[in-house]
Amino acid sequence: MIRELHEKLINKGITAEQLALDYFDVIKKKDKDIFAYLTLTNEMALEQARGVDAKIARGEKIELLEGIPGAIKDNLCISGVRTTASSKILDNYIAPYDATVIKRLKEAGAVFLGKTNCDEFAMGSSTENSAYGNTKNPLDITRVPGGSSGGSAAAVAAQEAVWSLGTDTGGSIRQPASLCGVVGLKPTYGRVSRHGAIAMASSLEQIGPFAKTVEDVAIILSAIAGQDKMDATTAHSSCKDYTKYLTGEVKGLKIGIVSEYISGLGEKEKKSIQEVIDTYRKLGAEIREIQLPYSKYSLPVYYIIQPCEVSSNLARYDGIRYGLSVNDEKDSDFPTGGMPKKLLETYLDSRRYGLGAEVKRRIMLGTYALSSGYYDAYYLKAQKVRTLIKKDFEKVFEDVDLILIPTALSPAFKIGEKTEDPLAMYLEDIFTVTANVVGVPAISVPGPEVEVDGKKLPFGFQLMGKWFDEENVLNAAHAYEINK
Amino acid sequence: MISKDEVRHIANLARIGITEKETDKFSRDLSSILDWIAQLDKVDVTGVLPTAHITGMNDVSREDRIVDFANREKIVELFPEGKNGYDKVKSVL
Repeated sequence: MIRELHEKLINKGITAEQLALDYFDVIKKKDKDIFAYLTLTNEMALEQARGVDAKIARGEKIELLEGIPGAIKDNLCISGVRTTASSKILDNYIAPYDATVIKRLKEAGAVFLGKTNCDEFAMGSSTENSAYGNTKNPLDITRVPGGSSGGSAAAVAAQEAVWSLGTDTGGSIRQPASLCGVVGLKPTYGRVSRHGAIAMASSLEQIGPFAKTVEDVAIILSAIAGQDKMDATTAHSSCKDYTKYLTGEVKGLKIGIVSEYISGLGEKEKKSIQEVIDTYRKLGAEIREIQLPYSKYSLPVYYIIQPCEVSSNLARYDGIRYGLSVNDEKDSDFPTGGMPKKLLETYLDSRRYGLGAEVKRRIMLGTYALSSGYYDAYYLKAQKVRTLIKKDFEKVFEDVDLILIPTALSPAFKIGEKTEDPLAMYLEDIFTVTANVVGVPAISVPGPEVEVDGKKLPFGFQLMGKWFDEENVLNAAHAYEINK
Repeated sequence: MISKDEVRHIANLARIGITEKETDKFSRDLSSILDWIAQLDKVDVTGVLPTAHITGMNDVSREDRIVDFANREKIVELFPEGKNGYDKVKSVL
């Protein structure tokens, strides 16, 4: 899609400004029902677009992404733009700097339409934890778009953006991609700089792209990937054009499948995955049964490590430096005896009124697990099991090039279906968290649709690759896409 | 089981003000999550080293050089309560 729009721009079939305006028109029409966007950046988008038009008018060569409109998850900082991470505690926060991915996309000439809704601080699997209201699935507005990057997935699915960026800490790009019927990639940990992403669980999260096609995802990844001195965990790597690896050839490629992951699915979901496996077999890939005995512990490991890192990262929201500060005008729940609020009362009240229920639950859980006497039993134990899970993958990747598993348990579920039971919501991440725990790249690609209540809904499959082998992951995904 | 007293203690450590009703809910929620997490007890980790992050990189360093932040005044504007370019902190005691 990006390539076609690029051709249209150079052939003067449309101006970049008109292209952006067309997308704002779609947003105006559709977004009152879907609510993918929290903030629209009209002025910035049109200014960026006019810059590209001026280049074209001067007869200068433009790059692939120049003038192509996209959407940015609201936990990524754009200088001068309100950035809330869907939390009331950042309601008034105007980012004073660009995230590295934003800086790179600006250099690549991409156009930003706006900031998308997500679960508060990217904690959730349905976008129902946003403090600003929930995003709806564009394919059925009674259903969730998935989460936490639900707005970014919905924006692309509803043609309200060509591409978008999300963040993925436990499946927050891949699960909404599956539920909305688009492609979503979580790169290898260390592939993309996290500088300027509002920190949540630093050892797990990565920024990655959504788009309608694998090629478009590869184009965005090429723009955002690479080492960054502002993020010490980015790996030394040369900048690559990932589209060069999209040959569509998978003959002889060894793809591992985990039978217990498939047998746990419903009949219709099982059939969808089976069809994907058959397609790869037909294309000449070799399908091998593999074992990942420790991966069943990924979810409990994740729900220790993630809340621990959350409790530490979110300590910065203190009502003192920026964001919501519950000041003396608002009554304290903690009697001050008629005196002005002191530091502790400001902390307690600002965090009480500024943070939502799920965010508090995770901070509490992490604080408990890290508190005196419990550290060894929870955090250290989880880190050790993490080593065992990683070893599973190292061993399996001696035999296979890729691992094919489902992305989610089912297609999109109904709004409100899982909000009452935190554990039921956590189980949504069962197939996706492992890639974050071990750090490998993983993509979700729309597979055969699954019928629910007489309606066909998107259902994705997931390909996990070796560390820093986005090339094979993207190429195999592309091969399916063009041959299905 | 996480008791209500423990919930109050954790909330205080986490600097989150909570109501009596929330104390109840957190006590139930945290207990059920921790019960589910307890499945890790079955895993033998004798002699296994912990993994803090997966890159295997150690001691990543860069030149210790001050780089001025371009948008200083925009940070100052974000202070909930500022004075003469300083951020005002509430009295501690």
